[in-house]
Parts: sequence; structure tokens; C-alpha cells
Amino acid sequence: MTQRSSLVAAAVALAIAGGAGTASAQTEIQWWHAMGGALGERVVEIADNFNRSQSEYKLVPVNKGNYTETVTAGIAAFRAGKPPHILQVFEVGTATMMGAKGAIKPVYELMAETGAPFDPSDYLGAVTGYYTTTDGKMLSMPFNSSTPVLFYNKEAFQKAGLDPNKPPKTWPEVGDYARKLVAAGYPCGFSTAWQSWVHLENFSAWHNVPVGTKENGFAGLDTEFKFNSPLHVKHIQQMADWQKEKIFVYGGRRNLGNAKFASGECAMYTESSAGYGGFKKNAKFEFGTANLPYWPDVPGAPQNTIIGGASLWVMGGHSKEEYEGVAKFFSFLSLPMVQAYWHQNTGYVPITSAAFELTKKLGYYDANPGRDIPIHQMGDKAPTANSKGLRFGSFVQVREIIYEELEAIWAGQKTAQQGLDDAVQRGNALLRKFEKASR
Amino acid sequence: MEKRVVFRNRVLPYILVAPQIAVTLVFFIWPASQALYQSVLIEDPFGLSSEFVWGENFVELFGDPWYLQSIQVTAVFSVSVALLALTTALYLAVQADRVIRGAMAYKTLLVWPYAVAPAVAGVLWLFLFNPTLGIVAYALRKLGYDWNHLLDGRQAMYLVVIAAAWKQISYNFLFFLAGMQAIPRSLIEAAAIDGAGPARRFWTIVFPLLTPTTFFLVVINVVYAFFDTFGIIHQVTEGGPAGATNILVYKVFRDGFIGLDLGGSAAQSVVLMAIVIGLTVIQFRYIERKVHY
Repeated sequence: MTQRSSLVAAAVALAIAGGAGTASAQTEIQWWHAMGGALGERVVEIADNFNRSQSEYKLVPVNKGNYTETVTAGIAAFRAGKPPHILQVFEVGTATMMGAKGAIKPVYELMAETGAPFDPSDYLGAVTGYYTTTDGKMLSMPFNSSTPVLFYNKEAFQKAGLDPNKPPKTWPEVGDYARKLVAAGYPCGFSTAWQSWVHLENFSAWHNVPVGTKENGFAGLDTEFKFNSPLHVKHIQQMADWQKEKIFVYGGRRNLGNAKFASGECAMYTESSAGYGGFKKNAKFEFGTANLPYWPDVPGAPQNTIIGGASLWVMGGHSKEEYEGVAKFFSFLSLPMVQAYWHQNTGYVPITSAAFELTKKLGYYDANPGRDIPIHQMGDKAPTANSKGLRFGSFVQVREIIYEELEAIWAGQKTAQQGLDDAVQRGNALLRKFEKASR
Repeated sequence: MEKRVVFRNRVLPYILVAPQIAVTLVFFIWPASQALYQSVLIEDPFGLSSEFVWGENFVELFGDPWYLQSIQVTAVFSVSVALLALTTALYLAVQADRVIRGAMAYKTLLVWPYAVAPAVAGVLWLFLFNPTLGIVAYALRKLGYDWNHLLDGRQAMYLVVIAAAWKQISYNFLFFLAGMQAIPRSLIEAAAIDGAGPARRFWTIVFPLLTPTTFFLVVINVVYAFFDTFGIIHQVTEGGPAGATNILVYKVFRDGFIGLDLGGSAAQSVVLMAIVIGLTVIQFRYIERKVHY
């Protein structure tokens, strides 16, 4: 009885939905994204502008929660046979998406099939490299990309007798500065967000050493982690030692430690360039932006840093007409005006060189010094096999493992060597499992 | 003459129990069998390829020191939460039972925390104890105690135990109070006339007569600590630092929904299911014998 009535209800709903579809005559494009708060409002603006720019397609942005929730929602929808057209996936999910052949449509294929104007060389290599195959095929459309930089509290520098216009360049300098800050009465010298992304992943690229074999996983699934090299161990052990003197204070997972910088507790802080907006809003002092520090005794350092953030993946199984709409939106998204707007209003970097040039020409960097640091830091040197990005299966889980092991190191339960060895060993086990599952 | 009610219709009894069977099938048997099925597969998240691997996921699980640590953490956490929530609630119930004036107000206030969702309770406690912003953390630092549950696993455990127990105290309190009020006054008065003090009256009369309630609450509290504390762990520690508060149910979630390791996560939930079934059987077979009804 109830079953029959629910069937009737479903049929009625279908009829209404079908009727609505034919009435509006617009093709609807679903865009599932993970941008909340102010960023979510920017996403809606971009979608509105696209919808106003043409009348054939209607782009519908839907917020599905945070990054992991959005990916999970996309996967569940695919398994239920109802995937969205566009799914925003964070950078560490790249290998997972790539491995899902048949579930996704690579961007280069989409652009070729729909005949949309598309030249990969328009895009910033440092950004697209992460989402491009070794033979130069772009798999997903970069959307929000950032890179880690050093934020420092100018007022605190002044109080500790340091020059507020001379941020530390190297890690030994960070140590010296922090010691002076602690001596001046600050409870903490420096802290960090995204410990794995900044101090292992970007640390490796910045010093041109591999995170894993096979070009950091770009060249094959049979890759193994290498982030327990003497250089990695030296850096992590140094931070663990600093932790004892409060030169470094651990602030929690992800960017939970941001409050430590914004409240003035820690005067130096390594965080994504996209953290700028939050600090601008919450910090009651003048702060500066500087390049990520490096170890001066490493030949060739600094190389370039890699991106974090997310890209837009096109899901498989949709009609040609719908794909044309997606391609049209990607062309719109790549317009210099759209990119410059996104870059200036969010702290993410632009994805095309044209947008960077446009922002420069508008005098934006003169009015907002330091906002071009991430772009230079990523793009001034051509990326090497160690610095174009990472492509490891199950990397989301590997990052969890790294968090656990680093926390054990910071708490003094393990030495840096032990902790990193264990993380590499546990990570490799997951890589083998992923290799097996994707065969 | 037979006094039992007998259904003459052979089909009717089946129809009457059908809704219950259907609910059990859809909401318990079916998902549980899915978990069992998934636990013997290695599958990619999209379900495009899967391989049957027998017990490989389980072998891997029990060879993983972090999983064994998680079992240990769960044991410590559950026992602590149940003990703290039960003893505090019992103490409060005894006190509330004696209050004559304004008893209603006390009781109402004590029940309030139960209305708070676990995730919200987690956030509240997190605000109090946040090492940078929390008022309690600030007070502790002023007293010379370095509070940083982000780094210190022991402190993190204290925090989640307190937060989880705090939420359950109200529930236990209600049941204890009701149980106590069901104990005949005459028994207690008789003991008082015989010269037994309050403590003796409690241990020889009230506590034994409360055992059915206590037993029921032990079962409920253990299940609560195993499953319902998920929101608190998620908000307060995310299982950290270094896995110090990574209880089994939280690990299932992290490996399955964040790590997208479906086979491994399913194997964990099968183990979890077995543990809880085992615990409940033990409670009913051995502890229940000591219960006076």
C-alpha cells in the first residue's frame, strides 16, 4: 500500500521534473563545490555571471560541504548513477580521480570533442602541472590554487628588536628570530598550518628532493615514498628540538593553528597564501608576507613550491550537449577578467598568465605588496620532476598517517627518523593496496 | 477449556510481525550483510573494479599496530566514560533524592545537558579548553599547568572522556532517580529505626535494589561510549594527537569516508560489530546474574 503510493509520488515528481526541463529549454549544468562562507559567495557570483553571459546553459553551483565531503558525495552520486557534471576535488584526490577511468572525462578530451578554444600554454605551468599527465595532457581544470608562504607579525618584530622589513629567509634565521621573540616575552616563536603540505610536500619541492619515486608518482603507480631522507629528517628533527624551547609550537591539524598567529601568540606562521584574507580580517596588527624559508646548505634551493587547493573534474556519462555547456563554462572561467577577479578577491593565484599580467597592469600588487609572492615563488623557476606536484594513490589517508606520526614526533614520543620511517612504511603499504585496487 | 488466545488464521501472525521483520531487514540485516560483503573485497572508491581477497583486509587490520592501539584506546575510553557518567549520576541522584525544597528545579537543570547534541557538546568543551583561546586552558596556564591537548595525548583523552561523560550524566541521573523513588520508603525507614546510618542504608538497601537500573545503564553507557561519542571525538580531537583518542568507530569513519578505503573500513566495522555483540552477550550472561529483580 505505502509502496504503491510512494511509486505514484515518484512518478508525479518525475513528470513535474520532466515538464520543468522542457519548459525552460536551458540545459542545466550541476557544479558541486566545497567552498563555504565568503568563498562560496564568490563561486555563486562567478556562476551568475556565466549564466548572464549566455542563455543556452544554466550553471547551478551546489555546496556539498568540505573537500572530503564533496568528493564522497560525488562518488556516492556516481555509484548511484547520478553524477554531477562538474565536481571540485582537492589536489590530493588527483590520483584517485585519475584512476577512475570511465567515471571521469579528462579536460583535454572534453575541449577537443566540443571544439572549444583551448591552448594549454595559456595556463601557468606551475598550476596546471599538478593536473597534467607526463605527456602534457590536462586532466582537470585548476580552480582554486594556493602555495605556502611565511606570514610574520611586524609589530612583534619591532618589539623584539628585529627589522620588520627583513623577514627571515632561511630556517636557521627563523630559529634566530624566534629565539629573540621568545626572549622578548612571546610565548611562541613560530607555528604552522598544514604540517604535511608545508613541511614535507612543499619542503621537498622547495629543496628539489623527491617525496616519492617515479617523479612523485606521475610516472607510474609503482611509486614509493622517499620523505625519510636525511634532509627531511634534519628539518623535522630541528622543528621537534625547537618545540622544546617554544621556538616552534604545534598548533593542531589543518589550519587550526591560525588563531595562534591572528591572536599575536606566534609572530611567524607558515600557511597557505589563501590564509591572507582571514588574517587581514582577524589580526589586529600589521603583518607581512615572505617566501617560504629554506635550508641554505642545500644546493639549488630554493627551487619552486607546489600548489594546494582544488581543481574541477568533469564527470562521465553525460550528453554531448551538456558537455558543450561545461566546455563553455571552462572557457569563461579562464577569461583574464574572471581569473583576475577571483585572484584579487580570494588570495588564490590566477591560473593563466594573462590574468597575472592584467592584475599587474591594474596596479594591484603596488597597492597590495606581497600578494604576488606566491606566484613568483611557484613560477620563477621551471618545475623539475620533484617540484611539479604529487600524484600518490590514497594520499588523503597517507596525510592522516603523516599527521599521526608528526604528532608523535612533536610530542617527543618518537625521533624524527623513527616517525618518518614509520610514516613511509605505512604509506607504502597503502600505495601497494591502491596499485592493486586500480589494476 | 483452553484459555490461551489462538490465531485460527495461519497467515495473520506472519502479517502482524511483518513490519518488524521488514524494518530489521532493511535497517539492520541488509547493511550488516553489505559490510560483511565489502570486508572481503578490495575495491576502488568508484566501484569500477573490485577483487575478492578472502580475509586479507582482516589480516592486515590485526597486523597494524595503530589498529591495536585503537582497540586499547577504545577500551580505556569506554570504561572511563561509563564509570565517570554512572558514578557522577548516581551521586547526583542520591543527593537530589534527599532534597525537599526546590527539587524540581535541580532535577530540571541536571537533565538539560542531555538535550545538547554530541557535536555541539564537543564544540562547547573545545571552546573551554582550546590552548590558544579557551578560558579553562588560560586559567590552567595561570596556575602553572601547561594545557595543550593538541600535543599531549593524555590531556586529549581526559578532555574527550569528560565531554562524553558530561553529556550522558543527565540520562543516567533520570533513571537512577526514578529507580530510587521506586524503592519502598518503609524499607529505608525500618533500617533507620534499626540504627543504620545513611551510608549503610545506601549500600545495603538502595544500591542492591537499584541493580536492575544500574545493569540497564551499564549496557546503554557502553554502547553510548562505543558509538554515540563519534561527534565529540570528531569536533574535539579528530582522533589525535598521534591516535591517542582514535576510538574504533571514529577510525571506521576516517578510513572509509575520508581515506576512501572501503574494504579496510568495512572489515573494521565487522570487527566492531563482533565486539559489541560479544560485550552485550557477556553482560547479559554474567553480570545479569548478580542483578536482584
